Amino acid sequence: MIAPGIPRAAPGPPGPAAMAFTFAAFCYMLALLLTAALIFFAIWHIIAFDELKTDYKNPIDQCNTLNPTVEKVKKIKRVKIALKLVLPEYLIHAFFCVMFLCAAEWLTLGLNMPLLAYHIWRYMSRPVMSGPGLYDPTTIMNADILAYCQKEGWCKLAFYLLSFFYYLYG
Amino acid sequence: MAQPARPPTGYPSQNGAGQQPYSNGPVQNQLMHSSDGQGYSPSVPGLYSHQTPAKVPPHQTSGQYNYSGSQNVSQLNNYQGPGQTLNRPPVAPFSGSPVQQTGPVPQVLLPALQNSAAISSAGSFPPGASPPVLSNWQYSQTPVSQPVGSQTSHLAHMTGTGSAQPPSSLSGNTNPPGNYQYAASPGGPPLQNSYMKPGSAPPPVTQPLTPLHPPARPPLGPPPVGGPPLIRPSTLTAGPPNTQSLLNSAANRDGDATSAASDGSVVQNSYDAIEGGGLMATPHPSPAPPNLKMNRSVGYSYPTLPPGYQNTSPPGAPGMQASALQYPDGSKHFHQPALGTNHLTASMGGLSLQQEGLRPVNLLQERNILPMTLLKAPVPNLHEDIQKLNCNPELFRCTLTNIPQTQALLNKAKLPLGLLLHPFKDLSQLPVVTSSTIVRCRSCRTYINPFVSFLDQRRWKCNLCYRVNDVPEEFMYNPVTRVYGEPHKRPEVQNATIEFMAPSEYMLRPPQPPVYLFVFDVSHNAIETGYLNTVCQTLLDNLDLLPGNTRTKIGFITFDSTIHFYSLQEGLSQPQMLIVSDIEDVFIPMPENLLVNLNENKELIQDLLRTLPQMFTKSLETQSALGPALQAAFKLMSPTGGRISVFQTQLPSVGMGALKSREEPNQRATAKDIHLTPSTDFYKKLALDCSGQQVAVDLFLLSGQYSDLASLGCISRYSAGSVYYYQSYHHKHNPVQVEKLQKELKRYLTRKIGFEAVMRIRCTKGLSIHTFHGNFFVRSTDLLSLPNVNPDAGYAVQMSVEESLTDMQVVSFQSALLYTSSKGERRIRVHTMCLPVVTTLSEVYLGADVQAITGLLANMAVDRSVSATLSDARDALVNAVIDSLSAYRSSVLSIQQPGLMAPYSLRLFPLYVLALLKQKAFQTGTNARLDERIFTMCQVKNQPLVYLMLMTHPSLYRVDNLTDEGALNINDRTIPQPPILQLSVEKLSRDGAYLMDAGSVMFLWIGKNCGQSFISQVLGVPNYGSIPQNMTHLPELETAESMRTIAFISWLREQRPFFPILYIIKDDSPLKSSFLQNMIEDRTESALSYYEFLLHIQQQVNK
Repeated sequence: MIAPGIPRAAPGPPGPAAMAFTFAAFCYMLALLLTAALIFFAIWHIIAFDELKTDYKNPIDQCNTLNPTVEKVKKIKRVKIALKLVLPEYLIHAFFCVMFLCAAEWLTLGLNMPLLAYHIWRYMSRPVMSGPGLYDPTTIMNADILAYCQKEGWCKLAFYLLSFFYYLYG
Repeated sequence: MAQPARPPTGYPSQNGAGQQPYSNGPVQNQLMHSSDGQGYSPSVPGLYSHQTPAKVPPHQTSGQYNYSGSQNVSQLNNYQGPGQTLNRPPVAPFSGSPVQQTGPVPQVLLPALQNSAAISSAGSFPPGASPPVLSNWQYSQTPVSQPVGSQTSHLAHMTGTGSAQPPSSLSGNTNPPGNYQYAASPGGPPLQNSYMKPGSAPPPVTQPLTPLHPPARPPLGPPPVGGPPLIRPSTLTAGPPNTQSLLNSAANRDGDATSAASDGSVVQNSYDAIEGGGLMATPHPSPAPPNLKMNRSVGYSYPTLPPGYQNTSPPGAPGMQASALQYPDGSKHFHQPALGTNHLTASMGGLSLQQEGLRPVNLLQERNILPMTLLKAPVPNLHEDIQKLNCNPELFRCTLTNIPQTQALLNKAKLPLGLLLHPFKDLSQLPVVTSSTIVRCRSCRTYINPFVSFLDQRRWKCNLCYRVNDVPEEFMYNPVTRVYGEPHKRPEVQNATIEFMAPSEYMLRPPQPPVYLFVFDVSHNAIETGYLNTVCQTLLDNLDLLPGNTRTKIGFITFDSTIHFYSLQEGLSQPQMLIVSDIEDVFIPMPENLLVNLNENKELIQDLLRTLPQMFTKSLETQSALGPALQAAFKLMSPTGGRISVFQTQLPSVGMGALKSREEPNQRATAKDIHLTPSTDFYKKLALDCSGQQVAVDLFLLSGQYSDLASLGCISRYSAGSVYYYQSYHHKHNPVQVEKLQKELKRYLTRKIGFEAVMRIRCTKGLSIHTFHGNFFVRSTDLLSLPNVNPDAGYAVQMSVEESLTDMQVVSFQSALLYTSSKGERRIRVHTMCLPVVTTLSEVYLGADVQAITGLLANMAVDRSVSATLSDARDALVNAVIDSLSAYRSSVLSIQQPGLMAPYSLRLFPLYVLALLKQKAFQTGTNARLDERIFTMCQVKNQPLVYLMLMTHPSLYRVDNLTDEGALNINDRTIPQPPILQLSVEKLSRDGAYLMDAGSVMFLWIGKNCGQSFISQVLGVPNYGSIPQNMTHLPELETAESMRTIAFISWLREQRPFFPILYIIKDDSPLKSSFLQNMIEDRTESALSYYEFLLHIQQQVNK
């Protein structure tokens, strides 16, 4: 990890401030960018679950048609993509945790550890599944799980936002 | 003509297929409008004031009865008018056979209204379907009278349609009037006169009747006539002359009543008896002449509907009755708890009910809390006019019939809120509407239903989202009455259960043909069990009975470690077998002829079925490639959708989806480490693919060893199939299982089926759906995808109160099931239920439906044991009792009494929960094999509540001393009604014989010292010692005891669509343990007795 990280560090930061540039600073900048991406993922996640939940309130879906209408197909695809982003999210988060570890930023690492642990736990306790993935289409509609996932999305969003500013000023 | 041959008894086909849709029938007459203004039936409570008159006590004389009946009827009357008119125009001699008339009578109205096409033979009606007495004499008289030629046709219609059709409340009444007319007016008197007579001047009418009614009838007793018939007539009376208003009629009745010799009280009693009689076991005294009996029995089914609605008025259990009437097959109705004697007013009735419901019961002191008859669903405390329109509790039931206003209140009550549905149940009467537009709310898409309110003629307010909608032009016209401007009398607004013929907007592709694919395991192990013979033979026998039409397709696949397809191409002299051995990448060997048209290739198919069992007898292949076979089946079916029936006898061992044995027998005792979750998601994913292509997979598992049903079951669970499990099936060693397979397979093959279905459940704004239970895939928060739907599947839904329901008096739930029938029609079956909202805890407890609560808890416990552990689930069940009873104790009871107090409505709660804990699904100990446990869990999830309750808490009857006392009379058969006993060995006596009815099985336990007469006269063997070990049939002997016992058992069987096997067991039978296991009030090695359980609960509650 470190090996690829360092060489990229040099071209990465443009400008005169490169003097004070350390590996730690680079980590923070990278984390900043990645956190921005994670925020985006989290928002998408929230939207996806909200769509799942409010699906039935959609007046466009007027009749009990058997097969999904075109819009519905699009929406389902969007939802599926959003759910697939979960794994990249975990990997990205794990990646910059490792970066901080290498940079010996213990405080930052400490702040991120709970989330990392949560991710690991969450992935370990996922339903039986042959492929990668976290969500089981047969149980996702359970109101409890849906509510839990939504709450999870909001919490993560808040966490990423805070860490975004932390990285920004840190 | 449509259905001449329909067997009277069969449930199956009636609903969908045979019915005549409501269409604008040619026949209508103008009289219709005569209807009184009362008709406005906007569900709003309180509107109907006129109903009250109904209470008037009926007279005993037959003529009088009619009157009484009329009282109840309010709106219905209108309709009758028309019916009568039709009859009147008498010109031609009356050709109708008596039978027809009787049968149709109730229904006549509708059918007549409908179309002439409907005409069918009388045969379709179950014998005696209708109002008995009256009809009889009518007929006799009729020849004299002059019903018009048209009449005959009408009658015919009626009969034909009637069978299928739901008599909407509207229609039902007409006939009776007709009857009167005839009788009264031999000479062809003017209509009005005839009517008048019956109504105003009972005496004349009665006379004619009397002759028919034999003296046999006991005075007060359950009049042979039976409740239903009477009622209708009443309406009729009012109806005929338009001029007569209900009030008048009521007045007349009063007059009659007074005039009548009987005093008021007497009358009332009789009334009760009558109503109850119809419903319950009633007791028609046997003396009545055969004809009468016939009529009665049938009467329930047909006639019932209309009356059913009307009946509701009696205070005691209005809803129940109505329902009972409507759906004859339900077993429950028959036993009705005695109604309150007083017939004051409905409201009074409600009050008394409440008081009874609120009475706390000290469970520790009152040991005999089990009712002697089957428990009935509680009746929501609604205005009677609404209640009588409400959905039958067998179809749609809520755990709390009083909905708490807020989530906080619900949480306080500690009871689960949820619905239990049996949406596709076989119904004997179901209104079907054909119209170009289906009226639905524009914002929430709710179907118009009896609980909407009409603001004026042109606008209606949705009862789910409260949006005001316009009434479309077409809806203004009522096809039943052929009157314009009465949208509130359309069948849609008069029936809580209704079926629409869906226009093309409801299909995205043309309705699929019925497609059936059978997949057989033919490995060595499977051949050993010999199941193939049984299955192929049953299939051969029922090939013509498979639901379908000329488009029906059928196909076969067999597999061991390879997959065999059968080409049934036309022109082949014999089926051609194609073997695919590449199970890693399954392909379909030929594009067509693997699924062939059943009718065009019947001979080849029969040929194949005959040879199939012999083809693999030499097979030594022990591997089973179930996964690849299922993939092949899926590929074959995916273009059309349909049903795959898989027969599997062992753990799949090769290819995709191969499983490993996970059961460790010596670990069964430890409740924690058992494998209830699937070990692979292969079957689940395949099921979801199937679901997407409208394919359902039904699994028949016939296995001696562990087969990992937890994993295999997913294939059915998510594709809306069903699972059947025959433990240790063997054609020689286990003949009982063979018979069970035969019977269940027959039912499976011939029952109704709906394809490419979806079900949506809507509820009033503020409530929301939390979780679904059953076999399906949840496609959206309120939408279930059901590739197949069958009449034996039940569903449960947990609900939550999201926003408080302030300002609402009632809430409604609506389930809409859109499916393609086996005839290729797209139909929508809609059930709507309306329940009151309450604000206090005591009212919530008052309305608790203990059976529904138990059913829902069982479903939740299955989920819990899969997601957490079995012991968690068990704890949760016990906590449910403790929490609710302690909440009741602390919040409702003002005086703290010692003991364990429970609201009357929940008095059976601890018992039922204990029964659940002792059920195979949740019990601890080493008794249950893993597959068996999981199968029971599947059943909990997939069975309708009625059968789930029987399975959980079987009914125990003593049958060695059956008497005719209190017996039920149906079709000339006398059916004894022994009381239900508590499930405790202390109730068993060595010198008796006991029947335990556990839903899908029955046990007849013969005590060691059982009376010699019973053994020889019922079992047909000389003494106890010679009762054979594996006896499953009672011989039909000519003795009274034998006839009674057999009548009772077959009556129990007739009430359910499947065929419960009867095991006759002695003290040393191997099955004795399963019998004793159901003695749930007793202590077992690993479980508490009922009393101990109560003590445990008391301890926790009082903490």
